[in-house]
Amino acid sequence: MRRITYKQAIKEAIREEMLNDEKVFIFGEDVAVHGGAFFVTTDLLTEFGPERVLDTPISEVAIVGLANGSSIMGLRPIAEIMFNDFLCVGMDQVVNQMAKMRYMSGGQLTLPLVIRTAMGAGLSAAAQHSQCLEALFMHIPGIKIIVPSTPYDAKGLLKSAIRDNNPVMFFEHVLLYPVEGEVPEDEYTIPLGQADIKRKGNDVTIVAIGLMVQKALSAAEKLENESIEVEIIDPRSLSPLDFETVLKSVKKTKRVVIAYSGSKTNGSGTEIAARLSEEGLQYLKKPVFRVAAKDAPIPFAPKLEKFVIPQEKDIYDAVINILK
Amino acid sequence: MDISNELAVRMYKNMFTIRTFEEEVITLFRNGFIPGWVHSYIGQEAVATGACFAIENEDFIFSTHRGHGHCISKGADLKKMMAELFAKTTGYCKGKGGSMHICDPSSGILGVNGIVGGGIPIATGTGFACKYLKTKRVCLVFFGDGASNQGSFHESINLASLWNLPVVYICENNLYGNTVSQKRHQNIENIADRAKAYNIPGVISDGMDVFDVYQKVSNAVDRARNGDGPTLVEAKTYRYMGHYDGDPQVYRTEEEIDSWKKRDCIQKLEGYLFEKFILDEEQIISIQKKIRTEIGEAIEFAKSSPEPIEKSALEDIFV
Repeated sequence: MRRITYKQAIKEAIREEMLNDEKVFIFGEDVAVHGGAFFVTTDLLTEFGPERVLDTPISEVAIVGLANGSSIMGLRPIAEIMFNDFLCVGMDQVVNQMAKMRYMSGGQLTLPLVIRTAMGAGLSAAAQHSQCLEALFMHIPGIKIIVPSTPYDAKGLLKSAIRDNNPVMFFEHVLLYPVEGEVPEDEYTIPLGQADIKRKGNDVTIVAIGLMVQKALSAAEKLENESIEVEIIDPRSLSPLDFETVLKSVKKTKRVVIAYSGSKTNGSGTEIAARLSEEGLQYLKKPVFRVAAKDAPIPFAPKLEKFVIPQEKDIYDAVINILK
Repeated sequence: MDISNELAVRMYKNMFTIRTFEEEVITLFRNGFIPGWVHSYIGQEAVATGACFAIENEDFIFSTHRGHGHCISKGADLKKMMAELFAKTTGYCKGKGGSMHICDPSSGILGVNGIVGGGIPIATGTGFACKYLKTKRVCLVFFGDGASNQGSFHESINLASLWNLPVVYICENNLYGNTVSQKRHQNIENIADRAKAYNIPGVISDGMDVFDVYQKVSNAVDRARNGDGPTLVEAKTYRYMGHYDGDPQVYRTEEEIDSWKKRDCIQKLEGYLFEKFILDEEQIISIQKKIRTEIGEAIEFAKSSPEPIEKSALEDIFV
């Protein structure tokens, strides 16, 4: 099968859905002429024209508002927020408006919109361009949260997100953009809300989110050399969360490591840990172990940044320790 | 611009409906029939009426926490509005929205917002959709002087001006942002002046004169419909009641309130109707009686409607 990058996969999803449906359009800071801060939307302006591919002012409130107000008219906006850190500038439109407009209207309004945003540390971009903020939005009912970890998932999930009739936030880790993977030429979609078993094993379950899936896969190969077979569960969608798949794996392995790249406290994996304590404690031989970023703003110095964010070795060590 | 007699009478009926509705709402709120808070529109009736009568059924509005007047003017059903205020299942939002979140897409009311300035970017997005879909529809968004200090105001009007969107921004300057007087929250007198910063027309309207609001908004709507872009209309007006019902109003004087009541928009229009021999006293009384009956029926409808069942709280979150 052909191999393409995560970035190419995302662009293909956008392009195909724009070809499928004239109501799909994309906008945000630098997305049109420049092709996006990470060049995900390169050439879309040439293909679809300035009415459907729009550079906006640096105005996150207006960008999310544009998505909200146009989606209730039946359009299918894709808003790009350059870094998820900037969502905080437009927070009212996300939390108080987007997530609640359908509910407050008693189901009269429908918001078929997608917010795509880059996240994550590893580029020495310092504290305001490096966070993983998906957990903030998991806390808000009314938003679907997708964190794809491979090119295949990114394409199939984004196409579903664009076709979905609810607000969907799509978090793309910046270190995943150049990662290659198998993506079929033929059209496909992946339903939102289904976890994926990225690797089968019987000894320890690793629930890994986003970039941490790639790190877990690398760690798994090294653990295999130690005759340890880990099972890697990628939730892919954090809201709704396919907890059944997690629980099924934990029933088998009885040990779980949860890996996510945001700050440890109240991170996206914390909810999975809480659900396990409510519904899965009887299956666990060892306490749940979390691998996540240390509770500090992301520092600039590469050495410090590396220290704060979770590494492949942290997953490896966690698995070794949980088997002791 | 000529105002036909028929239009003037319809405006009168609408303004009287808003005032009576709001008076009843205050009584009902104080008697425990309406949970939460209510923000009375009394005093500002000319703005909602003049603006909404300047657009068509298929056009859109976005409103604020002080939104009952806008919804009535755009054609909302009084029964469904009152039932929503009562938190009943028969309300527009099945009791999930309440006074600050009435929504009726069928009459073009796409949202009433509890966040000051929160509706301005959404209305801008709806205006974008009107243009994208190549309709001739326009979108009006109401907000107060307080909202004109929010970033959402700046970001939205900048974008609408840049992209020539068919949106009319209507600032109801009632001189108070919550409890803080305009003099104490911004160093300008005319909010319309801010339009210059976006290279769009900024128009001042007498918000106590329904004809003036109608004319100024009509001009702005024509511009928007013709593809000439947005306008900022500032309507100078005044709310007679507190920010919310129960507001002790220590921030203003009885004299100030009375001075504005002397310019009451309903009395002014009533005077016009008499003076021009459009309606006589008997006809006015008959109109008022009919409106009171209609609102009484809305109250009865709300009172007799069922409360929502608990499990409905978990519905309408997703499609």
